[in-house]
Amino acid sequence: MSEQQSDQQTIQIEILRYRPETDHEPVWQSYTVPFDPATSVLEGLTYIKDHLDGSVSFRWSCRMAVCGSCGMQINGEPKLACQTFLREFHPGKVRIEALANFAIERDLVVVMDDFLEKLTAIKPYVIRDQDKPLEEGEYLQTPAEQVPYMQYSQCINCMLCYSACPQYALNQEFTGPAALALAHRYNMDSRDQGVDQRMEILNMEEGVWGCTAVGACSEVCPKGVHPAAAIQQSKILGTLDYTKMNALRKFILPKGAR
Amino acid sequence: MEVISADVAIIGAGGAGLRSAIAVAEADPGLKVALISKVYPMRSHTVAAEGGSAGVVQDHDSLDNHFDDTVSGGDWLCDQDTVDYFVSHCTREMTQLEHWGCPWSRKPDGHVNVRAFGGMKIERTWFAADKTGFHMLHTLFQTSIKFPSIQRFDEYFALDLITDEGRVQGVVAMEIRTGAVKLFLAKSVIIATGGAGRVYQYNTNGAIVTGDGMSLAYRHGAPLRDMEFVQYHPTALPRIGVLITEGCRGEGGILVNKDGYRYLQDYGLGPPDPWPRKKAMELGPRDRLSQAFWQEEQKGRTVETPLGQAVLLDLRHLGEKKLHERLPMICELAESYMGVDPVHEPIPVRPTVHYTMGGIRTGVTTATDIPGLYAVGECSSCGIHGANRLGSNSLAELVVFGKQAGSHAAEYVKSARAVNEGTASKQAGDVLRRVKAIAEREKGERLANIRNAMAETMEAGCGIYRTGEGMQETCDTLAALKERYKGVAVGDKSRVFNTELLYAVELGYMLEVAEAMATSAVNRRESRGSHQRIDGYEKRDDQDFLKHSLAYYNPSGAPRIDYEAVNITRSQPADRVYGGEGDKIKETANV
Repeated sequence: MSEQQSDQQTIQIEILRYRPETDHEPVWQSYTVPFDPATSVLEGLTYIKDHLDGSVSFRWSCRMAVCGSCGMQINGEPKLACQTFLREFHPGKVRIEALANFAIERDLVVVMDDFLEKLTAIKPYVIRDQDKPLEEGEYLQTPAEQVPYMQYSQCINCMLCYSACPQYALNQEFTGPAALALAHRYNMDSRDQGVDQRMEILNMEEGVWGCTAVGACSEVCPKGVHPAAAIQQSKILGTLDYTKMNALRKFILPKGAR
Repeated sequence: MEVISADVAIIGAGGAGLRSAIAVAEADPGLKVALISKVYPMRSHTVAAEGGSAGVVQDHDSLDNHFDDTVSGGDWLCDQDTVDYFVSHCTREMTQLEHWGCPWSRKPDGHVNVRAFGGMKIERTWFAADKTGFHMLHTLFQTSIKFPSIQRFDEYFALDLITDEGRVQGVVAMEIRTGAVKLFLAKSVIIATGGAGRVYQYNTNGAIVTGDGMSLAYRHGAPLRDMEFVQYHPTALPRIGVLITEGCRGEGGILVNKDGYRYLQDYGLGPPDPWPRKKAMELGPRDRLSQAFWQEEQKGRTVETPLGQAVLLDLRHLGEKKLHERLPMICELAESYMGVDPVHEPIPVRPTVHYTMGGIRTGVTTATDIPGLYAVGECSSCGIHGANRLGSNSLAELVVFGKQAGSHAAEYVKSARAVNEGTASKQAGDVLRRVKAIAEREKGERLANIRNAMAETMEAGCGIYRTGEGMQETCDTLAALKERYKGVAVGDKSRVFNTELLYAVELGYMLEVAEAMATSAVNRRESRGSHQRIDGYEKRDDQDFLKHSLAYYNPSGAPRIDYEAVNITRSQPADRVYGGEGDKIKETANV
């Protein structure tokens, strides 16, 4: 945002501040910020940081909704600040808080350890009994074979789905939408043979069975990943696993993984 | 101060850092890797790359074609030995990513599909729709989880390198969540910190792209090479700088001015038809397209938008189905940020700073001038980009040279002398004192004022077209800003996640990198690639300037500028011709 904005409209941004070294509990702080129709909430925050109060802390980088850094509660809803515009709230005010369901590290910055642990635990990489040498070229995979997993590979790890998930709010042991969707992404990839290893994790109580199919995750996802669908499909896989209905299981899984 | 010991420390966990880490782990699983990054790996700016990554796969393409496109695209300032190594390893690395799960777009028969990019004779850009960088980064990050020897230090901000008798010995970094400064001892360090596009006002880069690693190596004596060459990407959204991939034009998109005229035909890139065709019109190289925009703007033929002057990128003729299949993110971005649906309306775009061709001098092995220190990716100058990078070469660079950096660092530590802990601790103490001095300064200037002034002067003096006077003014302004920076104050006195302090340190990095760019620029009295002068030096001057510039750090002022020869093996400098002129030359050659 440029600095010459004297003729511009302004909007009030309230931020839930929390500085662990000095604040006993989070406190609201209000700022008045100029904006135009193209000004994002993120640009509003960087304006505050640059011109009004350098101590306001938040994560951000790409400004184009792909790095996943700037997820926060904006007027109570989990959103990416770079993809939400101040004009949507004017003449009302904007209230910004750290993502729900996560411990606040400081201001709008949440503790990500739990999410990273879960992401790591579901083995989010291609597992094969034997890898073919690179000299033999790529694994063939038709566009039709990409469809079952492609949607689930679009997750930017912004964690909006965790902040929207009522189950994660109740039980932080729940693996949660993004990590479960990522597990399903690899399970449905014809190049992967790791479904049995992953189903052991997914079939635990805090795995797919922790989900009660509310679907809030899919509603807030900025990338249309639809974690709820991934989890329901994983539940079917899990059931077939348990009941040893291998014929049906083969029908669902991609060729490589059967 | 806490001390963490590793064999190889890597600064930066984007595409280059992750690929390096995996390469170390594959070379020797017994080596401890400390992967230090100021953001979580998936936030790294590799994520924003859209269009694709080069690798020869088609029968009618060849490594020679890739070599020629790269060298002529770089206006013959590429090191040809390095380019040869690069083009002959791209496809292998693309295939490696495929084996690791990267969802490359496919042809109906299941083979990987490729698209055309600007300045490219034959389609060789591997792509994952228009989110190639995103998919490459997540594939590398997720794959890196498999390797237990890679220990990540996410949200650790690098403050300095440790050296002893000229050798690198480690890194000092701040754990952002606690503010604690820690010493990483390592016999080898790989810098993979990305570019420095944020030194400019309008850019496609994320907030984190602040030249950290360039500045660290530079302060320790490694030269920054070819820093005057900064790429303006011809198509980004005005003001906000969101990237609109070259893949749009690769798929057949056209650029028109306010009269609906395909203006590129006036700048040596025509004729406009038949379209699409390679190395012509909208598929000309990035420097030429950005320069043409500037000319159109001078002639008053650009479109006025609420976000500034623009031209129009028209994709409507591609149809909804193709747009949603090949360019889904572009549709989403145009809708979100401009309120434009590319299926029905053209997208306003303009050139915006995108990429730093220059960086820490390396070569085929990625070794820098400092023993034990390697550099890879946009922060480095390995020699493949010359004066103008060919689109889709930078993603390939991350993995081809990331693997090199990891392998060579792993080899180096085998015979490297043990780290001198005493010296390292003493140096780390000095680093801590320096940072404390910034953190504790009570009164002073707000850092954003200095940062904005820097970004404005870079845009004004070191833009698409340059004059000696303008560049000198930028140099002078930067010198004054460096003085003002000494008095910058950080209002935030806390330790936990103090981003104001980080921004202050980053600003110090940026000012140094900007100065290296501007000083290298004013000294290059010719026009080549992205460095175009309009003050009597409009021509390329191979007699005096077919050489790399080297900026050496000077603690008391502007950098010392030196030059070195370009490695030329088999392609002698010639005219860069595109469009119909290029076709004529091809025909003559074929006779």
